[in-house]
Amino acid sequence: MAKHEYAFYPGCSSQKGASASNYLTSVEAMCQTLDVKLTEIPDWNCCGASIGYAEAGELPRHVLNARNFALSEQHMPGKEIVATCAACWLGARETRERLTHSDTLMSDTKEALKEAGLTINEMPEIRHMVEVLIEDIGFEEMAKHVVRPLEGVKIAGYVGCQTNRPFGVDGESFENPQYLDKMVEMVGAESIPDYDMKVTCCGGALAFSEPEKAQAQIKDIVESAYDHGAEMIVTPCPLCQANVEVYQGQVNKRYGTKFNIPVMYYSQLMVVAYGGNAKQAGLNGQVIRARRLEEIAAKPVKR
Amino acid sequence: MSAQLAEKYRNNFLKEIEEQVEMGDWVKMCMQCGVCSGSCPTNFQAAWDHPPQELFMMIRAGKREEVLTSSSMWNCTSCYNCIVRCPRKIPITHIMHGIAEYAHRLGLAPKMQATRFFSGLFWNNATNTGRVNELKLTMGLYFKDGLVQGIKNGLAMQSVALGLVKAGRLNVMEIFGGHKCKDQKGIHAMLKKAREIENTRKVAKLAA
Repeated sequence: MAKHEYAFYPGCSSQKGASASNYLTSVEAMCQTLDVKLTEIPDWNCCGASIGYAEAGELPRHVLNARNFALSEQHMPGKEIVATCAACWLGARETRERLTHSDTLMSDTKEALKEAGLTINEMPEIRHMVEVLIEDIGFEEMAKHVVRPLEGVKIAGYVGCQTNRPFGVDGESFENPQYLDKMVEMVGAESIPDYDMKVTCCGGALAFSEPEKAQAQIKDIVESAYDHGAEMIVTPCPLCQANVEVYQGQVNKRYGTKFNIPVMYYSQLMVVAYGGNAKQAGLNGQVIRARRLEEIAAKPVKR
Repeated sequence: MSAQLAEKYRNNFLKEIEEQVEMGDWVKMCMQCGVCSGSCPTNFQAAWDHPPQELFMMIRAGKREEVLTSSSMWNCTSCYNCIVRCPRKIPITHIMHGIAEYAHRLGLAPKMQATRFFSGLFWNNATNTGRVNELKLTMGLYFKDGLVQGIKNGLAMQSVALGLVKAGRLNVMEIFGGHKCKDQKGIHAMLKKAREIENTRKVAKLAA
């Protein structure tokens, strides 16, 4: 039996061939090292994300998340649900909070769930993967597995919005959360604690609908990373990762900049530091290649 | 419905928002400090005609038409900065979503507002099979203003799309289906029921 077991909610972007598929690849390798077992919730569905709000309304949004709770309870009663995506985690937590605080919403949700032959008896805990790492495993244990420290690599910890607000990670401030910097140091790299864009919004879904507004945000986020001497950016959120990475070419066109900085997930840094190869770390999934990490991942490990 | 609304809430737009909009009963708690506007990422790009605290005052002043037809709420990026900074802990992000959703339902929101369009596209895409089809979502957005504009948009974004395809993060085969839930029937039925219940509750408030 694994040391830590959870019901797993991977979310749409983590699926094969989807925009954060390399995130999942690296999470799987990371979890293997840390003896964490993730069991996918059977037939899980989309959380509705934030942007679904106008078409969704209130109750349908919560019912959508509640279906995942019901399936998790049915197949893995009592297990905490872990999400790797910031939006999945936020959407599910919000539903948990609203249903817990409103008997009407709860009974309405149950009535709708009946149509799918499901019910909820107990509200599950909803955790983000970084909460599992920090709270259940701890920095000390995480650091023990580092066999290939990312020495000399300077990394800007970009926390973004939805892993940070409105819920955030316990004990961290909304304005200046520290955990990502600590993770950067834990893998042997150099953090940038005064990176001033660490909680700036990447534009979220407006990157699709109103790109010029989102790209103005992305420009600030990347520019500040360069200003602080970063070689790469790291984030815990799939949309932050995609927005900040894939639109750099568009930003360059719009602003005459020459941005070309890799944007990584914390789990990718960990897999490389834990001795994994480039493929296990999902480095082949970068649009802007992380050459420095690829070089490190090709080196022999210190045992 | 609109006649009923006019009858019930005549000269009391605040009450209409309180009863019909998600988290609308918080609007009266605003003390006009403006921290939300100062914390909003899109407000700094002159995107908002009326930043949140201004919308709240307009609601109290009964400016129904101006609020509901405004493009302001649609500039919310769901960053939640306003919520965590509000000294009165008003759930501003949710109220912005709520007012936008209400304006959308009533058909008063700006028709071709891009984020309004994208919101509908996203929800329908996700709930159609239970999971998001990223390829169809992107294509749907490009072709929002017709075929010619769609091809232009596609070409403008070609390098972004190719980069993603090369990295294995955008699958062109998704056009033929892609990821989906097994129990789509159950999902559709429960969402239909949820919509019915929500409508019934709103109408009940109207009749009360």
